Amino acid sequence: MAGLTGRMSTVVKAKVSKLLDRAEDPAETLDYSYQKQVEQLQNVKKGIADVVTAKKRLQMQESTLQQSVVKLDTQARQALSGGNEALAKTALERKNVAQTELQSLDTQVSELEEQQQKLTDSEQKLRAKIESFRTKKEVIKAQYSAAEAQVRISEAATGVGEQMADVGLAMQRAVDKTENMKARADAVSELEAAGTFEDVTQLGTGEDDIDRQLKQLSSAPAVEDDLAKMKAELGSAGPAGAAQIAAGEADGGASGASAQPSESDQQ
Amino acid sequence: MIVRISGEDQYRLADEDAARLNELENGVVQIVEGGSEDGFLDAFHALLDYVRAHGTPVGDDEIETSDVILPPSDLTFAEAGREFTGEGLIPD
Repeated sequence: MAGLTGRMSTVVKAKVSKLLDRAEDPAETLDYSYQKQVEQLQNVKKGIADVVTAKKRLQMQESTLQQSVVKLDTQARQALSGGNEALAKTALERKNVAQTELQSLDTQVSELEEQQQKLTDSEQKLRAKIESFRTKKEVIKAQYSAAEAQVRISEAATGVGEQMADVGLAMQRAVDKTENMKARADAVSELEAAGTFEDVTQLGTGEDDIDRQLKQLSSAPAVEDDLAKMKAELGSAGPAGAAQIAAGEADGGASGASAQPSESDQQ
Repeated sequence: MIVRISGEDQYRLADEDAARLNELENGVVQIVEGGSEDGFLDAFHALLDYVRAHGTPVGDDEIETSDVILPPSDLTFAEAGREFTGEGLIPD
């Protein structure tokens, strides 16, 4: 078959023959092949562990961002009830960015979960084949003449080699995916480090660089929607509610600065 | 005939299935060579589904060499294109 499958088969076969390069004396090949197989199995286990680590890292980022979303929403509400619509908008813009990041993290975590499952399945298959090879090699050693053994060994080793090459490919794809995600996760970390999702009440009246960048990142209609909703909610809360929140906001404005160190202590 | 779907499993298919497999694969190849992604995933998954539906999985304890190896199911259109320019899927 030409095209897709032909190319694929050629590449796998090249890899297999590379794996089996040391075909000198049959007994040596047998043990060498087996040793290679066991090594490869260890690599697969390590590959799975790497995927799990990458997933955990993203999950930690998710939970930090979730906290930020709640915090920014509260701050927007306080700012709005205190009549500071500009600050409310800033908080909502940041919340919008954090939410977008959250969605993307969600997708990435499920992708990694899928990769992890695939690799775990592959590892089980490879382990079963290696076990089968181990039994077979003893039988071959005991029952066949050197010449015959050579043929049978190379058949069996090629079969296991193909499985190994295939697991190697799956691992490489998983590594590529986690690398891409790492780059993305680093970008989110940078935003976090720059204080993007921190306390907006810390901001002065002027726009800072972060704000200008965020305005480009966040979706304006979503922010306007949020703002309108919040206004409606606050409006329906009645004067008593508004006054209460306004009082809270006044506190918040002053205590925001003093509350900040304890919050960063927690993180 | 033994067919492997990379990253998935090996399947045992009847030799008569080869003709249909060839047709399905040619369909994918045509789309990739046409350079437009439309229909790529459908055609590619039709090929994989045919193998899954008509084949019997090779047991984990059986050691078989494949006659045909198909790319993994998450192959992207861009990767399929690279296949043909010789860069290859499996890095050395």
